[in-house]
Amino acid sequence: MPVEIDQTEPQTDWRPNRRRRILPGFHLTLGFTVFYLSAIVLIPLAALILKTVTPTAEYPSVFKVIRHVIHVATDVRALDSYRLSFGLSFAAALLNGFFGFVAAWSLTRYQFPGRKIIDALVDLPFAMPTSVAGLALTQVFSTNGGYIGQLLYQWFGWHIAYTAWGILIALTFIGFPFVVRTLQPVMSDLAAEVEEAAACLGANRWQTFRRVILPALSPALLTGIMLAFGRGVGEYGSIVFISSMIPYATEITPQLIIIKLEEFDYVGAAGLGLAMLVMSFAIVATVNLIQHVAANRRRTA
Amino acid sequence: MKCATTDHWLARCFFIGIVFVFVLFFLIFPVCVVVFEALRGGLALYISSLTATHSQSAIRLTLLVALAVVPMNTIFGVCAAWAITHFKFPGKALLISLIEIPLWVSPVVGGLLFALLFGRQGWLGPWLDAHGIQIMFAYPAIVLATAFVTFPFVARGLIPLMQSQGSSEEEAALTLGANGWQLFWRVTFPKIKWGILYGMILCNARAMGEFGAVSVVAGSVDDRITMPLQVEQYYLNFSLPQAFALASVLLLLAAFTLAIKIGLEWRRLAPNIVRPH
Repeated sequence: MPVEIDQTEPQTDWRPNRRRRILPGFHLTLGFTVFYLSAIVLIPLAALILKTVTPTAEYPSVFKVIRHVIHVATDVRALDSYRLSFGLSFAAALLNGFFGFVAAWSLTRYQFPGRKIIDALVDLPFAMPTSVAGLALTQVFSTNGGYIGQLLYQWFGWHIAYTAWGILIALTFIGFPFVVRTLQPVMSDLAAEVEEAAACLGANRWQTFRRVILPALSPALLTGIMLAFGRGVGEYGSIVFISSMIPYATEITPQLIIIKLEEFDYVGAAGLGLAMLVMSFAIVATVNLIQHVAANRRRTA
Repeated sequence: MKCATTDHWLARCFFIGIVFVFVLFFLIFPVCVVVFEALRGGLALYISSLTATHSQSAIRLTLLVALAVVPMNTIFGVCAAWAITHFKFPGKALLISLIEIPLWVSPVVGGLLFALLFGRQGWLGPWLDAHGIQIMFAYPAIVLATAFVTFPFVARGLIPLMQSQGSSEEEAALTLGANGWQLFWRVTFPKIKWGILYGMILCNARAMGEFGAVSVVAGSVDDRITMPLQVEQYYLNFSLPQAFALASVLLLLAAFTLAIKIGLEWRRLAPNIVRPH
């Protein structure tokens, strides 16, 4: 029998004089990692945050800069864009929660022809450039000449493209893989014994689903929904095509940032960018909280 | 037999039906539309759309951007994974979280970061102007913004992969007298090469298809925009055949990416990342 050697923590102490690192390349790799991370991510982020508090020729004091930032970020136009971006992303995320759950369930539980193809196609929105998706969806849903949009207009008088509905469709397309891909591994790990036990104890299928399966899947489902939500909030490429970008009506926050830049209001753009960063951070914190709670529940269960 | 461990056949058909309808309308139909619209005017128009000056310059720029960004992010990914998985150091958890930042930042905000650095009113703008260095609305800014957006793609695939492999083989090679480079190329690289390819493919797809970040830093100067932006320009100019022709090339890229990704995942050569982007 081989002797068991604890290899999990070969370097127990990071301080160089206490214990030598065994493998080479620590300084080189960590040095490059930190350098590149700073150059591409940290310094630009710091530049954004500093921009919202640094006086410029137009706003000569810190107080005036901050006042302008707050003014831009809480302006009616900005608030309308948040409402649209967040409201529609959330609606799209909920739609994806439903369709993603059904898709993940069907893909992991059922055998049917075309299952592997559909499984592969789920990743399409990740692989497809957003502008292609936007262009295609506009061509499908536009009122004049769109393959489905034309019919919907003739039959029901609905406008899809260039309205909030078009944005909703684009965001649903973009967010679809998140729920499916977060649910799939959890669903296939779900032990069959638990369901069998529920059946032995006299539960019918619906009770089993409601009381046994759903609670086990809910953290993954919520995580998937939040990830789709987070992706939708920042989405721009596909929406450019399918939305008319009318201020106060169909203008999303990323579009407003670009308009501020084009107006050379860099401070205002930085303020809106900071607002979006804070909100994205809140979404990520929620995802981490869900996973933390789920992990704790697993440990105590 | 009514059983509590399997679904009723009606429910089964209903769910599968929903999946088929959703996939058909949302995924397959748009793809068919792009292909159909691109080829609708005939092959001659399709080819002339792709060989138009603007299409050519957009394709060239996109390739050049990917050629810079993918190697940069790959080297970073390998370095970060090596440092994180083989060593203990303070702030490791923080480093991992910082690497993930670009995944949850809106691409437009990603572009904005570089506009605030290099733009006319940005931190370095006046200095760059005075020295006649063009970064905004040019290749360097497009590369930086794209690098930001695709920053973690290679690293986050490699870190779990190398973590699961451990350090023992590297340590064994070290005791047998291998030096650092031999260690990496002869021992580590063969174990992680498919993981690197997986990350590079995803990074490349996103780099070539990125819209939001690039649209902030590239503006709309005709010869200096990438393929996705050129698609938008064509669309805004009502040149739909050109727009769809260029879009079909990007679609081909997506199909290629998907094929390699699925191939690697089905052969279990690459970790199936739970949170894809």
